[in-house]
Amino acid sequence: MEQVYEILIVVFLVISGIFGIVGSFGLIKLGDPMSRLHAPTKATTLGVGGVLIASMLHSILIEGKLSLHELLITLFLLLTAPITAHFIAKAHIHRHETPEDLPDPGGDHGWATLQCDPEDLPENETS
Amino acid sequence: MKLIRRIFPHPLLSLLLTIVWLLLVNRFSINSLLFGGFLGIVIPFITRPYWPNMPRIRHPLKIVEYILVVLYDIVVANVVVAKLVLFHKNENLKAAWISVPLELKSPEAITVLAGTITLTPGTVSSDVSSEGHALLVHCLHAPDPDAVCEDIKTRYEGRLKEIFE
Repeated sequence: MEQVYEILIVVFLVISGIFGIVGSFGLIKLGDPMSRLHAPTKATTLGVGGVLIASMLHSILIEGKLSLHELLITLFLLLTAPITAHFIAKAHIHRHETPEDLPDPGGDHGWATLQCDPEDLPENETS
Repeated sequence: MKLIRRIFPHPLLSLLLTIVWLLLVNRFSINSLLFGGFLGIVIPFITRPYWPNMPRIRHPLKIVEYILVVLYDIVVANVVVAKLVLFHKNENLKAAWISVPLELKSPEAITVLAGTITLTPGTVSSDVSSEGHALLVHCLHAPDPDAVCEDIKTRYEGRLKEIFE
């Protein structure tokens, strides 16, 4: 029986390893910065999720005690991954995009990141 | 009632903080339960000025359904994106910015929607429009941008609308 448990755990570890590699490979393979941003969001969700499931299974099936630390790691990851992605995207929009490059925001006056007074910008960026 | 509101501005947050503390300790004891409860009271009380409005949650059970749908989508979309990364040439990928009009009004609901869009691989939410009526989403591969927009609206926004509004 122990062997069946171990195989199950190994399967989850291998799955997470594969997605970790694909995520890192995507980071170097993809062309532009915004596309590259997609790769790390993959590695955190399934890659780390697989390791955490394997860890929980190991502590329940083999050590015989319940460990719920892993749920907390998942929670923190799911909370922080979108925020970092959002920051990087915002920096990219500031440096490389103009309002004409982006789609029309419906009835509003523009996208929030690009809504700033030209007078607020430092001298070297306006000139 | 008003006094209770003042002391517990966010009852759900208090409960969540207590549970998070118990999980951090990873072993149940009365000591950690008491300290978790203490944190659950003090932290929402101190941070109340930064979060003045309480979100109304209409259907708590729908949250479970929403989480399951999102988890399923994360797994499916991960496989799709892995295929795109491994077997597609960069030139064939049609990256696109799309604008998703929002029907949601409450800031909490929009935040959850933006987080969900980023977590499901292939889409990253990048910005919100100046008055908060549209989200700017970047797609890794979108031959049909309208379909992506429709997908987001029906799968996630509709469910969030039922939960929050």
